[in-house]
Amino acid sequence: MTALLTVENVEKRFGGGRSLFGGAKRAVHAVQGVDIAVNKGETLGIVGESGCGKSTLARMLVGLDRPSARSIRIEGIDPSDFERGNTRVLAKKIQYVFQDPVSSLNPRKTIRTILETPMIHLLGLDKPAREARLEELMQAVKLSPEFLDRYPHEFSGGQAQRIGIARALAAGPELIILDEPVSALDVSVQAQVLNLLADLQQRFDLTYVFISHDLSVVESVSDRVAVMYFGRIVEHAEARELFRQPRHPYTKLLFDAAPVPGKRSVRGEAEPAELPDPYAPPPGCAFAPRCPNVRDRCRSERPTLAADQPSPTHAAACFFPVEA
Amino acid sequence: MTAASDTVVAKPAKSARPSSFRLLTNNRLAALGLIVLGIVVALALLTPILPLDNPDVTDPADRLLPPGTAGHLLGTDHLGRDILSRLLWGTRVSLAVGLSATLIAAFFGSLIGLVAGYFGGRTDALLMRSIDMLMAFPYILLALGIVAVLGPGLLNALYAIAVVNIPFFARNIRGVTRGLAHREFVDAARLSGKGHAGVLFTEVLPNVLPVIVITMSSTVGWMILETAGLSFLGLGVQPPQADLGSMLGEGRKLLFNAPFVSVIPGLMIFALVMSINLIGDGVRDVLDPRLRSGALARPSARTRVDRREVPAMPDRETDDALDVIDLKTEFTVGSSVYRAVGGVSLDLKDKECLGLVGESGSGKSVTAMSVLGLVATPPGAIVGGRVVVDGADLLEVSDETLRGLRGGKISMIFQDPLSTLHPLFTVGDQIAEAIRSHHPVGHAEAWKRSVALLELVRIPNARERASSYPHELSGGMRQRVCIAMALANDSDVLIADEPTTALDVTVQAQVLRLLDDLRREKGAAVLFITHDFGVVSEICDRVAVMYAGRIVELGTTDDVLSRPAHPYTRKLIDCVPILGDPDRRLDAIEGLPPTVNRLPPGCAFADRCPRVRDDCRAGEIALADIGDRQVRCLYPLVETEE
Amino acid sequence: MLAYVFKRLLALIPIIIGLTIIVFLMIALIPGGTAVAILGPLASPDAVAKLNAELGLDRPLVEQYLSWMGNLLQGDMGRSYSLKRPVIDEVFERFYATSILAGTSLILCSIFGLLAGIVSAVRQFGWGDRLVTFFVLIGISTPSFWLGLLLIMLFAVEWQIFPPSGMYLAYGGGGILDLLDHLVLPAVTLAVVATGVIARLTRTAMLEVLRQDYIRTARAKGLTERRVIYRHAFKSALVTVIPLIGVQAGLVIGGAVYIETVFQWPGIGRMLVGAISTRDILLVQGGVLLLAVTYVLINLAADIVQTILDPRLKS
Repeated sequence: MTALLTVENVEKRFGGGRSLFGGAKRAVHAVQGVDIAVNKGETLGIVGESGCGKSTLARMLVGLDRPSARSIRIEGIDPSDFERGNTRVLAKKIQYVFQDPVSSLNPRKTIRTILETPMIHLLGLDKPAREARLEELMQAVKLSPEFLDRYPHEFSGGQAQRIGIARALAAGPELIILDEPVSALDVSVQAQVLNLLADLQQRFDLTYVFISHDLSVVESVSDRVAVMYFGRIVEHAEARELFRQPRHPYTKLLFDAAPVPGKRSVRGEAEPAELPDPYAPPPGCAFAPRCPNVRDRCRSERPTLAADQPSPTHAAACFFPVEA
Repeated sequence: MTAASDTVVAKPAKSARPSSFRLLTNNRLAALGLIVLGIVVALALLTPILPLDNPDVTDPADRLLPPGTAGHLLGTDHLGRDILSRLLWGTRVSLAVGLSATLIAAFFGSLIGLVAGYFGGRTDALLMRSIDMLMAFPYILLALGIVAVLGPGLLNALYAIAVVNIPFFARNIRGVTRGLAHREFVDAARLSGKGHAGVLFTEVLPNVLPVIVITMSSTVGWMILETAGLSFLGLGVQPPQADLGSMLGEGRKLLFNAPFVSVIPGLMIFALVMSINLIGDGVRDVLDPRLRSGALARPSARTRVDRREVPAMPDRETDDALDVIDLKTEFTVGSSVYRAVGGVSLDLKDKECLGLVGESGSGKSVTAMSVLGLVATPPGAIVGGRVVVDGADLLEVSDETLRGLRGGKISMIFQDPLSTLHPLFTVGDQIAEAIRSHHPVGHAEAWKRSVALLELVRIPNARERASSYPHELSGGMRQRVCIAMALANDSDVLIADEPTTALDVTVQAQVLRLLDDLRREKGAAVLFITHDFGVVSEICDRVAVMYAGRIVELGTTDDVLSRPAHPYTRKLIDCVPILGDPDRRLDAIEGLPPTVNRLPPGCAFADRCPRVRDDCRAGEIALADIGDRQVRCLYPLVETEE
Repeated sequence: MLAYVFKRLLALIPIIIGLTIIVFLMIALIPGGTAVAILGPLASPDAVAKLNAELGLDRPLVEQYLSWMGNLLQGDMGRSYSLKRPVIDEVFERFYATSILAGTSLILCSIFGLLAGIVSAVRQFGWGDRLVTFFVLIGISTPSFWLGLLLIMLFAVEWQIFPPSGMYLAYGGGGILDLLDHLVLPAVTLAVVATGVIARLTRTAMLEVLRQDYIRTARAKGLTERRVIYRHAFKSALVTVIPLIGVQAGLVIGGAVYIETVFQWPGIGRMLVGAISTRDILLVQGGVLLLAVTYVLINLAADIVQTILDPRLKS
């Protein structure tokens, strides 16, 4: 397997710099020291709670946010295009599906206009070619072609998300970043969209980066999964292995906290516990303040992500990982 | 509630909507404005070909003739000039100047606003600081300054008025653009290969255009007034040419002996500006989507109760904490009626936790809100059923009794703890207020109790946190505050409307655990509304499943989850991925739920049901008992025990 | 809070500097420049040329600005050629009259605007609302200078209840009662437009607030409707309306130009109109600068009140 996209030590800082009088402005590291590799044809799941930096990471992968350090590579593209946020170049290879399907469609444009835009600007197709492509796309996302001349407000969330997916497919990308693609949908519609995504992946030989806060959804779609906490990846592994045997205490906590039908055991933390203050990050492990097996070393030294037992593809950033 | 009202508001767009112009003329006041303005504009356009005297020819012999004089319909001024002629020529000038000033201000102001709002950052800071500089001058004063430099004159007055109004457009348009620039469709357009200029002018501008039109329609009137004002002061149009303002200015000197000379042009300005303002209001009503959907209507303190059918009171004494009998709640929007709740019956037993599960639009939140009359009226109304607590029907009790029950015997916890807490009061104050509206205690005592309540919900440093404002707390902390507030008066019944949906999963687990502990400790019955079967199985004793405004299945949590009887329940469970079971192909429910303004006869789920037969669509299907469970299905998935 | 006020005062400095630059440019941009401003438009070209050379007007604009600013800081705004006296004396003398008129109007329009707006929102679509809406429409469509004339015709000429013009009686005048008597008509006229605008803004703000989730929460916890409206809703609406009242102060101060002219009120507005006609630029400069600074300070006060009401704004 070859890596389609590699990300090394990527970092995104918001704020910072100097104020008018020379005082340092406060900066927040939304993403820090993240390494990932996405292989051709696979689905990489990225899971984490709000504020963990997963959406910022996703936006950097398509050039909507610019990384603070040059470190994203995809075959056939100059890495500086990420740095310059050159979406016109990146968008032919990498596309994006947004969380809120309705707000990702311009309310004053017909579906036809929305879907034709990437064909014109990215592919330079002429009119007959566009017609053919439109028909192909609508059929791929299982929508009737008569919808083409309607406006976004006439669609339900699920239908709008299909259009969002069709828009992403229009330029024929290899990699699609799915940023919480089903979180805004009702459960009955969520399943339709998840199944559609699986079909499209097979049919067009796509690679996915699937970002979600919902563990069970990520588990059901991913080949590999990375767990993010406070701007860093704390654990990554083959999906099955991760879910069978989480090593990082945070991953374990996520699993225990996820409500599962038929499981009657509220296993949340007894005391309120939350993310550290992003302006004053703790020196050691960010999870230490709420970790059940924290020790002194965790508070002073930050653990790095290291592959360890039981398999070489399983890595956790923890000094004292959860025993099997 | 939020979800339900969203669907209600979103739906009317589907019906064929009348054209904007049609809506405008339907507004009687706006139509009046259009007529008046139409007449004035027509007269102004026709002025050159009307048989009028030359407006500037003086005739000292005919000075100050009163209106009605032959040959001078509106009389003459102090130099014997025909007032009618001067009035019409003057109106032309005033209209032309007002309109051009508006166009100039709109063009430059909107451009600045668009660029500043879209690019943000330094561009924004630089442009808006300059705009702030202009705005630091009181309105007309800057115009005076400009005229002082350029010298009095019509064109200079026009420039001055236009410049003075640029900041107004820039600020308005920038605000709207700023909101749009962060919308996802802008990102989507960038990813479709459009450059910044393309996105700004072909994606953002079309969405900003209505705001530009609204702003223009509300400023044209101002600008006409202001140009008239400058001319009135002698700084605008110069004699012998006249506009409405300069006519007034000349008339002022004759105030005592010939008032008509100033009254007539004044009336013309008034008619002109008034008609423009009426049209402006109409335009705003048509173009502003919030006004269009009637969303700015004030919700009344209590949902309107207008029952077409009233079921009998239950005759026997029950030990239920809350009985909902055949409750029906509707929303009327335009000519459509949305039957959000179409006959729901529930019995919440003492100390139990009953889950109410459904997708958005199923009516679960509206059911919960109806209990305490918290559904917004307009557009909502309770049209049938009873809500019985302690033998009294809450739909019939007096406003004062209902107020006593709200937050007293029955408390609510809402979904989004940021928007449901008042941003301007400390959390301690808000809890203390809840206590004091039910108990005659002083402020100090109530404050002490609220600190104790904050400790009860395990907020660290409760004493200090009581003085915090909601925005200073995290989402989880805020929801704890809401729980503390609901527990403040030892309610028997808690109605929790998706209390953990807005929270992260680990925080959700903390809050669920807290809620479960506390309701057992306090012995309160809980009606728990959620869309998540996982959450249900963690906290609920029994569960009711809603679809399209009705309960389709009700039973103990274990029964319903392990052996669902209604095909919808089965499908709803199967379409959700389950942690630890990734290989299951998700069994999606095809199609969409019916909209509640066009419900089919018979089973609402029939169109999506794999087991549907002809008689499912025939007529009303009752909620039937199967063992200790109730199911609204002719062909349930579990055997009828007979 | 004190620290916040101090911070806001500091932030005022660049704005005031910006104001002085714009005002300074007024003389720099007029044909003939400073010399004409000092000598008046009727001065002989020789005199103008001589003075220009004396003042060193070939210096760069920045240098000229700095020396102008230096004088300003010492309270020297030059001499008015038409009045033959220092600008600063004339301006401050007149400022007293304007602040009485505009201040009274601002208080009137705030009180009546807020009241009308609340009534209108709480009784939405009722008679009170219609009445308010009607008067608001009339108020914002009537030219204030014309309204002034109409009021003079009725109250001063027809019924002779109030004096038609001036600030005090010419003979035997003075005293607070005499002032009030003269103040009623102009203050009311000046307040009309702003009252309409504030009423409208308050109505919208109240309706907006009454739809918020936290109002539903207030009702759900059993508060009386009075408390919901006058404590919970009004406080939020006020946060929106207060800065807008600050903006309306601009309307009132600017409107004073017309009203002072119509009622012969001896304030800065009337002085400005005269000064513009005689092209007495130094006088215009002084008047505009003083009113602009006043306006900026009023807005600062409004912002501070808003911040006291809304703790979210402090950060």
